[in-house]
Amino acid sequence: MSENTNLKESILRTSGVNPKKCMKCGKCSGTCPAFDEMEYHPHQFVAMVEKGNIEPLLNSKSLYYCLTCFACVERCPRSVEPAKLVEAVRLEVIRQQNQNHLTANDIPAKLDSEIPQQALVSAFRKYAK
Amino acid sequence: MEVNELQKIGVFVCWCGSNIAGTVDVAKVAETLKNEPGVVFSTDYQYMCSEAGQLIIKNAIKDNGLTGIVVCSCSPRMHEATFRKTAEAAGLNPYMVEIANVREQCSWIHKDMEEGTEKAIILGRSAVAKLNLNTPLIAGENPVTKRALVIGGGIAGIQTALDIADAGFEVDIVEKKQTIGGKMAQLDKTFPTLDCAACILTPKMVDASANDKITLYTYSEVDNVSGFVGNFTVDIRKKARYINTDVCTGCGACTEKCPSRKTPNEFNMGLDTRSAIFIPFAQAIPNIPSIDKNACLHFKTGKCGICQKTCGVNAIDFEQEDEIVTREYGAIVAATGFNPIKVDKFDEFQYSQSPDVVTSLELERIMNAAGPTKGKLVRPSDHKHPTDMVFIQCVGSRGESCREKGYCSKICCMYTAKHAMLIRDKYPDVNVHVFYIDVRTPGKNFDEFYRRAVEEYGVDYIKGMVGKVSTRSNGRLLVQGSDLLANEQLLLETDMVVLATAIEPDESVKDLATMLTASIDTNNFLTEAHAKLRPVESPTAGVFLSGVCQGPKDIPETVAQAGAAASKVIGLLCKDKLIANPCVAKSEELLCSGCSVCANVCPYGAITYEEKEVNDHGVRETRRLAQVNSAVCQGCGACTVACPSGAMDLQGFSTRQIMAEVDAICK
Ligand SMILES: Cc1cc2nc3c(=O)[nH]c(=O)nc-3n(C[C@H](O)[C@H](O)[C@H](O)COP(=O)(O)OP(=O)(O)OC[C@H]3O[C@@H](n4cnc5c(N)ncnc54)[C@H](O)[C@@H]3O)c2cc1C
Ligand code: SF4
Ligand code: SF4
Repeated sequence: MSENTNLKESILRTSGVNPKKCMKCGKCSGTCPAFDEMEYHPHQFVAMVEKGNIEPLLNSKSLYYCLTCFACVERCPRSVEPAKLVEAVRLEVIRQQNQNHLTANDIPAKLDSEIPQQALVSAFRKYAK
Repeated sequence: MEVNELQKIGVFVCWCGSNIAGTVDVAKVAETLKNEPGVVFSTDYQYMCSEAGQLIIKNAIKDNGLTGIVVCSCSPRMHEATFRKTAEAAGLNPYMVEIANVREQCSWIHKDMEEGTEKAIILGRSAVAKLNLNTPLIAGENPVTKRALVIGGGIAGIQTALDIADAGFEVDIVEKKQTIGGKMAQLDKTFPTLDCAACILTPKMVDASANDKITLYTYSEVDNVSGFVGNFTVDIRKKARYINTDVCTGCGACTEKCPSRKTPNEFNMGLDTRSAIFIPFAQAIPNIPSIDKNACLHFKTGKCGICQKTCGVNAIDFEQEDEIVTREYGAIVAATGFNPIKVDKFDEFQYSQSPDVVTSLELERIMNAAGPTKGKLVRPSDHKHPTDMVFIQCVGSRGESCREKGYCSKICCMYTAKHAMLIRDKYPDVNVHVFYIDVRTPGKNFDEFYRRAVEEYGVDYIKGMVGKVSTRSNGRLLVQGSDLLANEQLLLETDMVVLATAIEPDESVKDLATMLTASIDTNNFLTEAHAKLRPVESPTAGVFLSGVCQGPKDIPETVAQAGAAASKVIGLLCKDKLIANPCVAKSEELLCSGCSVCANVCPYGAITYEEKEVNDHGVRETRRLAQVNSAVCQGCGACTVACPSGAMDLQGFSTRQIMAEVDAICK
């Protein structure tokens, strides 16, 4: 229980998200382009973190299917910002495993003036196991 | 502390059940305040405002020969008037009553009994200190102008005016549009009984215009309001219609002939166009056209004038100008209603991109037999019959980003069920889907109405929200949304999307609230004097609220509230005189230097100057002195602070009294 509470606290702190604001409208999951690939959908992320039911999320591939497109953040009527929660859970996994999927040395070769920096940082966390 | 030897003060500490007694040791407060100067009697009781409580006060006044009382209770806004009446009944001057607010300002905001008790004692002590310096005040009287003004001519304003007129009082309606009727005139059929809006509204519009007690000022706005309850003076701007309304017969020949016909028709929500000279709709009241200067060729090029040549009674007057009418009123009712919010910021729903995405009010016009499609349900883009329709509820309601309103718009669940049911009834071949977050249908026969849409008419209600609408190459719309109960993302191809759009108060209410010194909340709805007990009165005496300008509501609720507002107005206009507030400013002649500072700061124009002979310590001379019109003064105190000579003081709230209160708190 206490470990779970710590995990939840940590995720809430890194994301800055308050899942209690969610009114369960489902607009995030209605807008999500990666919905079909995901086992847990954006609105479920919000509900599961709020319940402290985080273990299944840590082990789910859904974490890496989120495109970080921020469509849910843009459209959520309650400003819950679900993608930030997905990102925070992802970070939690990375920190627990103590590993980055991409090493810093790989970066220069991938640099391209067209790529937005945010995409690079996201890629850093998601791809290249 | 200054003590008036003659003062005999009684202190009454109320428990307010557990509201006060829960966090304030009321017995200790009563006991401690016994030791304050001037106090000869002190007690506590469960409910001071109850009959038994008031009897305790009356008996104490008589038995102890009290000269004034302090009641430690709720806010003076709640019960000051009650306790003043109690005191008066026992023979005291009502202005020898002071209230120490130990509820809102003490027990409700403290959790700790010790802290709460200490603060209650301090507040009580300061009230005693003030009361020691109180003097009896005699209230004057003001006459009441027996005529009411209603601002806004929707169903709320019309009903209020009819009820006031029915009681025999004169009433004027100021409506800014060309016709009365408001939003209800645009609706097709109305829930919960599905009677046609025009059939129940237009007779009322005709009644209002035929009633000899009611004067309509349409295409008019309120420019200025001055005065106070019973005695308001209002400037009404009658905007130029460029029509001589005395001779116009409303034949409409001009509107047929006008060659400028490309202006979006506001009444039909821009779904078709109208001419430059136009009557909004066939049953408009008054049935008189007006010329839209921005569209009229005569005003743009100096030529045309076809309407003038057409008109058989020579009613067209291009030289007409706005006219200001100044009238006196005893009471004012705000009934300014609402508008749907603009949805162009919701790009995900494609409202600005696709003509087939419409708001609910636009759908009302499409379904209305007098509307742009003569009541035939067609896709706006190509006028084809739709086979699939998607409704999205809560668009712009219940959100917290800058695009949304934080409140529930209240009427959309019901009108969406209505739209879905009417479409399924008339066109059983059309599939209707409704995306909802919650279905909120409290109200008499309301939930049954919604269940009928589902069970009898087969409307498909989907628990979830639409995330995205896009246009397909075949011209249809693709709706992507979630079905939360099935944990699925749905893709529905559809012909039309209807947005149940949030409503907001009419823009003009902000300026109007300033003119009326009425207050608005963070959503721009006008606020009531008390959310539960005085729902149709504004905090400003003589200003009343009717309809959606006070908060979202449907027609049955609007009409009920309109009647309630009318009964308050009638209650006021029945009186011949109103007791004035004696707590007004007064200037000390020997101190006044006639500098005019006070007149410049007074927001009510209550101060004038007079040449007056004074005797200043044996010196007789004529001086220019400030005079307060006590009927106009509202006792705001601005002048007392501004006066550089300290000549202005507020009766009942003198500088000495306030300093005594501050000293008692800081002791
Ligand atoms: C799509 C839709 C469908 C609906 N369907 C139903 C239904 O089926 N059944 C039902 O019970 N309710 C329904 N309603 C609700 C209904 O429309 C309202 O309850 C009703 O119109 C409220 O009346 P009102 O007079 O308060 O406001 P309004 O109708 O908005 O009237 C206000 C009037 O005041 C005028 N005005 C505004 N500001 C000023 C000013 N400063 N000076 C002068 N005049 C001013 C306006 O021009 C307007 O004429 C529906 C609403 C919508 C949007
Ligand atoms: S869009 Fe926002 S409020 Fe709606 S379900 Fe998702 S997180 Fe909750
Ligand atoms: S003068 Fe103006 S209103 Fe009259 S017919 Fe010409 S365009 Fe229309």
